Amino acid sequence: MGFKISPQEIQHVAQLANLQISDKELKLYTKQIQDILGYVEQLDKVKVEGVEPTYQTLDGTTNVWREDEVKESLSQEEAVGQAEKTMDGYFITDSVFGKGKSTIRQLTEYKKVQESTKREIDGLNVVLTEVDVKGNIGLKDLFLTKGIRSTAGSNVLREYTPQYSSSVIKLLEKAGFATKYKLNCDAWAHGSSGENSDFGPVKNPWNLEFTPGGSSSGSAAAVAAGLVDFATGTDTGGSIRLPASFCGVVGLKPTYGAVSRYGIVAMASSLDSPGIIGRTVEEVEKVFGVMVGEDRRDATSKREGKRGIRRIRRTEEIKIGIPEEFFAEGLDSSVKKAVNGAIEELSKAGLEIKRLSLPHLKYALAVYYLIATTETASNLGRYDGIRYGQDRSFFGAEAKRRIMLGTFASSAGYSAKFFEKAARVRTLIIKDFNDAFKDVDVLIGPVSPTPPFKLGEKANDPLQMYLSDILTVPVNLAGLPGLALPCGFTKNNLPIGMQLIGPRWSENLLFDIGEKYQGLTNWHKERPRV
Amino acid sequence: MKIKLIPIIGLEVHVELKTNSKMFCGCKNDPFGASKPNIYTCPVCLGLPGALPVPNKKAIELTVKLGLGLGCEINRESRFDRKHYFYPDLPKGYQISQYEKPFASGGELKFRIQNSEFRIIRVRRVHLEEDTGKLLHRKIDGEEVSLIDFNRSGVPLAEIVTEPDIRSAQEAKETAKKIYQIVRALGVSDADMEKGSMRLEANISLSEIKEKGKRKKEKGELPDYKVEIKNINSFRFMERAINAEIERQEKILESGKKVQQQTFGWDTEKQELKPQRVKEEAADYRYFPEPDIPPIVLSDDWILKIKDQISKLPEEIYEGLIRTGIAAAAAKVIVGDRELAEKINGIIREIKEIGDIRDIGNWALHHQEMIKEKPVDELISLFKQGREGLVSDSGQLKRWVKEVVEDNVQAVNDYRKGKEAALMFLVGQAQRLAKGKADVSLVKDMLSSKLSSDL
Repeated sequence: MGFKISPQEIQHVAQLANLQISDKELKLYTKQIQDILGYVEQLDKVKVEGVEPTYQTLDGTTNVWREDEVKESLSQEEAVGQAEKTMDGYFITDSVFGKGKSTIRQLTEYKKVQESTKREIDGLNVVLTEVDVKGNIGLKDLFLTKGIRSTAGSNVLREYTPQYSSSVIKLLEKAGFATKYKLNCDAWAHGSSGENSDFGPVKNPWNLEFTPGGSSSGSAAAVAAGLVDFATGTDTGGSIRLPASFCGVVGLKPTYGAVSRYGIVAMASSLDSPGIIGRTVEEVEKVFGVMVGEDRRDATSKREGKRGIRRIRRTEEIKIGIPEEFFAEGLDSSVKKAVNGAIEELSKAGLEIKRLSLPHLKYALAVYYLIATTETASNLGRYDGIRYGQDRSFFGAEAKRRIMLGTFASSAGYSAKFFEKAARVRTLIIKDFNDAFKDVDVLIGPVSPTPPFKLGEKANDPLQMYLSDILTVPVNLAGLPGLALPCGFTKNNLPIGMQLIGPRWSENLLFDIGEKYQGLTNWHKERPRV
Repeated sequence: MKIKLIPIIGLEVHVELKTNSKMFCGCKNDPFGASKPNIYTCPVCLGLPGALPVPNKKAIELTVKLGLGLGCEINRESRFDRKHYFYPDLPKGYQISQYEKPFASGGELKFRIQNSEFRIIRVRRVHLEEDTGKLLHRKIDGEEVSLIDFNRSGVPLAEIVTEPDIRSAQEAKETAKKIYQIVRALGVSDADMEKGSMRLEANISLSEIKEKGKRKKEKGELPDYKVEIKNINSFRFMERAINAEIERQEKILESGKKVQQQTFGWDTEKQELKPQRVKEEAADYRYFPEPDIPPIVLSDDWILKIKDQISKLPEEIYEGLIRTGIAAAAAKVIVGDRELAEKINGIIREIKEIGDIRDIGNWALHHQEMIKEKPVDELISLFKQGREGLVSDSGQLKRWVKEVVEDNVQAVNDYRKGKEAALMFLVGQAQRLAKGKADVSLVKDMLSSKLSSDL
């Protein structure tokens, strides 16, 4: 332990990442990144000789390609209309040969799409854009909506009006759903508390002093507060399950590849799973049925989602595994009690319970923060303010921190130690899950080691904040489905959630167990008093 | 000990592939034909938020074809990687390329310059990537700006990388020309250097050679630096640019200094090297596997299908003939006729004696029609008979046949009435005229076809 990194190295990393950072930021990031790297150094202990790295979880899918056919392009106006500076159909940027910034602004006038405005409801700060008051569904603002501002919770996109809509939105609209709100979230889906939104933190409807969990904070809070029936979310390391758990609602992180990612601002491409938050398992299942399916625009989306595992088994035949690592030291006693209560309930209902171990689970968070940040740093490379949006100085602190951490983890000389090593340990984590699913049908555990925490409590300690994801990230690394559902309350009346984890494409099984549980309990019927 | 410097040169050649649509989206692949900037763009090739790439199957086929044409092994498992750098013409902040697992690797180019020995330049790899947008540099209201057009962004681009086996500017030019010929013959790209659909880059360094008596011994390892020359758009300019760079490096090394790792462009107007203002401090592309695209696994059958589409390259056949010792004039005629070339190659494969092979060229020139008609094994025996002094020249044989037919009206009529033996009598008469040196089987064929056609 004790990985040392110098301010010079951080400066070099900032340059590689095309970020300008102040001296103050340099000092801060040097310390924080060193702390995080110190934590991930535990991977040094894992033996990975002969272990192949995992970069995708696609069940061995290969050769996804398209025929060589010309499709319609955007019009020139659509292509350049979101840029700040254009001329005669060209984008303009500072001369690549010159020094300094040009003062030239937009030379061609494009009609601006009318900007919807932020709307405050109940002091929750969930709504970024009101789309249609008669609508019934909320969208995390990572989902692009053609002609309607889509910000990803970041100032970089505060004025961005997308030229196209995400595939999922089209499916939902076709099925008769209408978008009511674009919802607040941690910028770029970076966060476990909602506090990283550049438009202010979302409040937990159960208690406004507490965080709603992140990063799909607005989605969970809006559903809990009854502002919408459902809301979409994205789950890269727990971003649907964690806020669902903190807000006392149901959240599904589908199998990686079950729902198209096309048109959803990417965080970490090999982990991102768009999903849904609702009040009951039954309702979530209904909307999931609309969202799921192969999309020819997303080469990693697959058809299996539609079929899933047939739901023909009687729940009495289901075997549930309890991984001891989910109940390790550091688990809050109220959480432990609530989840154990749920296990007992299911056991009484006739489900077989088996204790087991996933030995590499303890490395999942370190693996996650190396892979997710490397992919994030790459995915955020496109935001240069030339074609749309603001320039890179508009990134918030957390985005900059992750971009730099990921750039460092994949840079020359460090990639083998960090990024690649993480990809190999990822293989071992997947193997642990596969082994477990030979014995049991699903796994059960808490979503978060703690109940909701207070706003500001962890804001200055990124590592502590990252530890909130310790029980959710393993599912993303293995590309598995996870269903979070309420299972109790703290004595301060804050929700506690548990998660069901199944093999890939086992959503239907999770729904079966979840519905069974909600038929036996009333936790999901509790509503906050906002 | 005297120190001599020898150039170590490798080439990187980019060619834009001839597809209808772009590499990862359905936008039209026609950057040169576009009437306006930014009209062939979409979320994918503009790098809009949330857009995802889906590879173009045709572009993969063309890359595999190119790999095969360059004598490469096609890798059964390939994948795309992200190559990261920032430049305004690169919309995503990374280029989708191939790093560890390209489609093709380990090929070879073989050619000779005038009458020199054969040179073998190894091809390290052929990989597939996407092209960038195009920058234009303008002054607007007194300010220097760059204008960007993304019509070219995402056009499929194959990159051919040679090993540093090239030892002179002339050889570099020949290598590039050879690649050009193959690209054109395969039809994978227009390879128009003026438009930029084929672009040349050279990596140059100088290595010391120590003379030890008569034997030159090259130092095992390559120099620890290389200078890159980018944006070369003609073979001639490449030769000039490389010569200029060799001269520059020689001066530096002879004065005892070290050559800096550097990148130049070739200024076509001034005909000189100009330092590139690329701001990559130290190139660190942070390659990692493209998570948005599943791996590509090619079966033997799949590769075989591509192989079948490739007719052997004329240049390759020509070189093959020259290599076996056939005279240039004869080789040219043979290559000009596909059928003839295939037969001659078939014969060459069966004949072992070098002396024999040399004579095949001349023999082929005089028996073109016959060679195309007859099977290889028969041709071999005919050729061997010819070498033993038999006359098999069709012109001469025809004259004898004509004379025999005119002089032996009775026998001709007998044959036409069905008397088979009459034919052998006529063959004997021809052999008499030839003083026993006519190729009997050829004469027999000629007589029978003449007698049935003259009916």
